Amino acid sequence: MKGDHHMILRVIAKCLIPLILIYAFYVQFHGEVGAGGAFQAGVVLAVALILHSLVFGLTATMRAVPPWFTRALSAVGVLVYAGVGVWAMLNGGAYLEYQALFLEPPGGHDGQHAGIIIIELGVLFAVSGGLSTIFYALAGRVAEIRDEDW
Amino acid sequence: MILELLLTSAPDWAIRHAAVLVVVVPLIMAPILALSPSGRLAWFLALLATAASTYFAILTLGIVQSTPGGIIEYWIGNWYLIGIEFRVDALNAMILLIVSGMAFLATVFAWPTILADVEKQKISLFLCAFLLCFAGLCGVAATGDAFNLFVFLEISSLSTYVLVAMGARNDRRALPAAFDYLIVGTLAASFYIIGVGFLYAATGTLNMAEMAAQLPALAGNRSVQVGFAFIVVGLGLKAAMWPLHQWLPNAYSYSPSFVTMFLAATATKVALYALIRWLFTIFNPDYSFEQAIFTWVLAPLGIAAMVICSFQAVFQTDVRRMLAYSSVAQVGYMILGISIATAAGVSAGLLHLFNHSLMKGALFMALAGVCLTYKGTTVRDFAGLGRSAPFTMSAFAIAGLSLIGVPLTAGFMSKLQLGYALFDHGWWWAVLFVVFSSFLAVFYVGRLLQAIFFEAPANPGRHRKEAPLIVLVPLWILALANIYFGIDASFPVGLANDGAAAALGLEALQ
Repeated sequence: MKGDHHMILRVIAKCLIPLILIYAFYVQFHGEVGAGGAFQAGVVLAVALILHSLVFGLTATMRAVPPWFTRALSAVGVLVYAGVGVWAMLNGGAYLEYQALFLEPPGGHDGQHAGIIIIELGVLFAVSGGLSTIFYALAGRVAEIRDEDW
Repeated sequence: MILELLLTSAPDWAIRHAAVLVVVVPLIMAPILALSPSGRLAWFLALLATAASTYFAILTLGIVQSTPGGIIEYWIGNWYLIGIEFRVDALNAMILLIVSGMAFLATVFAWPTILADVEKQKISLFLCAFLLCFAGLCGVAATGDAFNLFVFLEISSLSTYVLVAMGARNDRRALPAAFDYLIVGTLAASFYIIGVGFLYAATGTLNMAEMAAQLPALAGNRSVQVGFAFIVVGLGLKAAMWPLHQWLPNAYSYSPSFVTMFLAATATKVALYALIRWLFTIFNPDYSFEQAIFTWVLAPLGIAAMVICSFQAVFQTDVRRMLAYSSVAQVGYMILGISIATAAGVSAGLLHLFNHSLMKGALFMALAGVCLTYKGTTVRDFAGLGRSAPFTMSAFAIAGLSLIGVPLTAGFMSKLQLGYALFDHGWWWAVLFVVFSSFLAVFYVGRLLQAIFFEAPANPGRHRKEAPLIVLVPLWILALANIYFGIDASFPVGLANDGAAAALGLEALQ
């Protein structure tokens, strides 16, 4: 980045992006007791990426988080979600039956805990990856914003 | 016999999870395809997924036919009465079989057409969208939950928009076609979900069977009636019920030829299935407002589709548009069969649904073969092809005759059943429309066949060039099925009768 243009913007963005990322994970893990959940967390994660590309330019963001990665991330997210279902099936339960994950006797809750957390992780991957991919696809279509147009 | 053999040889887990595996296998394979580096590998995996899905669909049919009640109930996550239920009876088992079987044949023949239509680096993503669409359609057919049906409907629709837009490489008009379809499809989905919302407010449940049990007590409830109206319009849009079909001709004409074939054979059929499910299983034809809809809305619209869209098909110069309009007309036959609201009528509609997916599948597959070798889809381009591509074109001719309803083809059988059902119901005048519309089909199919077999080629430089073998084999399987089921229709008629009985909640018909 050359020159002193938008120095305030850059500094603030640099401070904000880590906070946004942390907030995303807060929303992710706080989802079971308060407002939030993996979908919102995924959106917040993607927002951090969008802010980065608005301030530092699309090419810099694409270097940091390449498009193939966001695309793969969304696919992996779906796989994680569906994979938990198959895992339960392999252990003799119904599709997505968390109780069956660890072959617990009735009354055990580890499977329920683990199942929902892994699934939420899958949703986080899929949503953040998907939204970033959509953003890249849209942003890649137009010329970048020039300095005079700010 | 084949079914029993499959049932006895299947492992326990396959029997227990068959209904859900039909959907889960393509759903899991789709993200794997998105990660696949090579298009050829992706195609191979897609082939594997659709084959496995077909196997589980046949298994599901076998289980449904061999269990006493004829219903598979599968609670996802084992959340009995709280969660999502997959509920398969004779009606959905039939639809699952049609969708997965056609998807398998479509994937087999797809490879050369994909190479021609899709950029190399996008092949695996294209096939990923196809598998998602397929998983969505199977999900709509398998689920027993009204909201889950919406989710699967959206999965299939969103990927369909992508698939249609992929035709833009050959013809930029695919983009507006896909956009129109997107707007209309979103409208349809919103109408459907608004309807489900009204019904949820009235009944407090999203499970279809629960809802059906609660609705008789709510007779005369205004929000139930409003919900019903929204759902019929939403699903009617998806099923291309006349006059809500305007998205269909463009979407079919400009999408890649493989997509056209798959959509023509499955997509509207699944929406029609959902309509039957709502009209007969959840709601009941005994309700007075539904009786009124059958007589004053569905029957006239079905007849209008048959006549008007057949007329429109006669005047098309592009073969794909001609077949697309004919598809809307054929949906009209199915709607007419449903609107009789007797077991015989619904059975005739279902039989036509089965046969239509066979004949349109074959027609569009042959068309894809022509696109592949001759790069033209107007009627003029077809002139003289009977001499240069006899195998492709005779299969096309067989399916075309079946579309008209010539005796000894599958199309004849379903029109015959429809005629019987109409006579039994006292709607003899509607039979006249069926005959008249078939007469129009003679014109538009005949015009094509005349060009293909009796005209000199427009471009005499054309050499003898068939579609590749990988297209010809599934094409001829479908063409021979058209003849076989026209001579011995016991298998599809049995399926349709059982399906109609399950939809209406009757004991098996025979």
